[in-house]
Amino acid sequence: MTTIDPHAMTGAYALHALPDDERAAFESHLPGCEGCEQEVAEFAATAARLGLATTVQARPAMRERVLGRVTTVRQVSPEAAPVERARRGAARGRAVSRWALAACVAAATAFAGTAVWQYERAQDAHQQAARADRYADEVAGVLTAPDARSHSARVAGGTGAVVVSASRGRAVFVSAGMRRPSHGEVYQLWFADGGKMRSAGLMDPGRSSQAVLMRGPVDGASAVGVTVEPAGGSPQPTSAPIALLTVPA
Amino acid sequence: MKEAVFIGRNPSVEPDLEQLVHEVALGDQDAFAGLFDAVAGSVLGVARAVLRDHAQSEEVAQEVLVEVWRTAPRYRPDRGTAINWILTLAHRRAVDRVRSVEAAAARDTRAALLDRTPEFDQVTEQVETRLEQQQVRRCLRTLTDLQRQSVTLAYYRGLTYREVAEALALPLGTVKTRLRDGLIRLRDCLGVTA
Repeated sequence: MTTIDPHAMTGAYALHALPDDERAAFESHLPGCEGCEQEVAEFAATAARLGLATTVQARPAMRERVLGRVTTVRQVSPEAAPVERARRGAARGRAVSRWALAACVAAATAFAGTAVWQYERAQDAHQQAARADRYADEVAGVLTAPDARSHSARVAGGTGAVVVSASRGRAVFVSAGMRRPSHGEVYQLWFADGGKMRSAGLMDPGRSSQAVLMRGPVDGASAVGVTVEPAGGSPQPTSAPIALLTVPA
Repeated sequence: MKEAVFIGRNPSVEPDLEQLVHEVALGDQDAFAGLFDAVAGSVLGVARAVLRDHAQSEEVAQEVLVEVWRTAPRYRPDRGTAINWILTLAHRRAVDRVRSVEAAAARDTRAALLDRTPEFDQVTEQVETRLEQQQVRRCLRTLTDLQRQSVTLAYYRGLTYREVAEALALPLGTVKTRLRDGLIRLRDCLGVTA
């Protein structure tokens, strides 16, 4: 066991060069350490410059995948780390910082300056308001349209239903109790247009029940297909559909 | 000695990434496309430098970019620029990945660890990137050998300071100090403020 002066750890910390246990220890030290926070922020900015120098060209396929994926990924709610402000003021003098150290280990990740973003992985119950509203409006618009028609079937151990509004030209896929895809896989939705399959977006792999606004217009699609694809989705189906639902007339 | 000459553009100024992230935080997918175009190459570059494997680095870069979308509402401009936030996340994820991969494949290949040339191949044709590279190279040259080796092994290879110490046959305390004073020198040379 080595004893470590936490102040000397700022460099290793900013470069992500601390093993997990030491990182946690350092983060619990941060709130009581005047100057550490500033130094960590500066070092993180310096490290980012080392990163910028490695810039390469991303393939267009990667762009397509990422932009496709975000259409189904919920954003977290904006509020977080509300204690952070109060803590900055509290970190004065040894006595206070000792108290802070003892009291705040649990909340430590909230103080870690630039590192704070890395640890916010908890799924939020609340979707970010504006986006949620816009998306929900569109979904609700289709579901409640006077001309909405639906067709359902058993899909992956649960139920899937296609709801189509001809006047809006859009469709929503509603699922309940579907098995979650295996790790690294995702359910992808398709419009079957004549003999062709046209991607209509991805389902959220983290939820077994959801309503997905299918991407693009229904147009002449006669059916909606669901396939299992590698994470990020595919431009064309890579396997036979696990379900094919007729688009209700 | 300080050499605070700043040649390249301020990476966060054009386009206004903070503004883009703000719009992304409101669920704007077009803004996200703009943000992607501005940062994807750097995110991928960081992942590739650390992971050295094209498929894996692309996978990690995609995860990072989706994570940027997901957590944009929590981005706090008062904690640092958007590019710092994004590249910090990219480096963290790349390092996590390289450690989980290498934990499985016992990493006693000292020779590989000591291959410490940062991977600057296949960079974009963009002038900014080349200037940034030249500047980083120039500033890395102002470090002592031990500082430079420690910093590059940690950042570009994703080694922990303990692994750096082992690779360079140095005491732990020395490596910690070299990382810190190496970064201080780099920070001053690059003219970084936070």
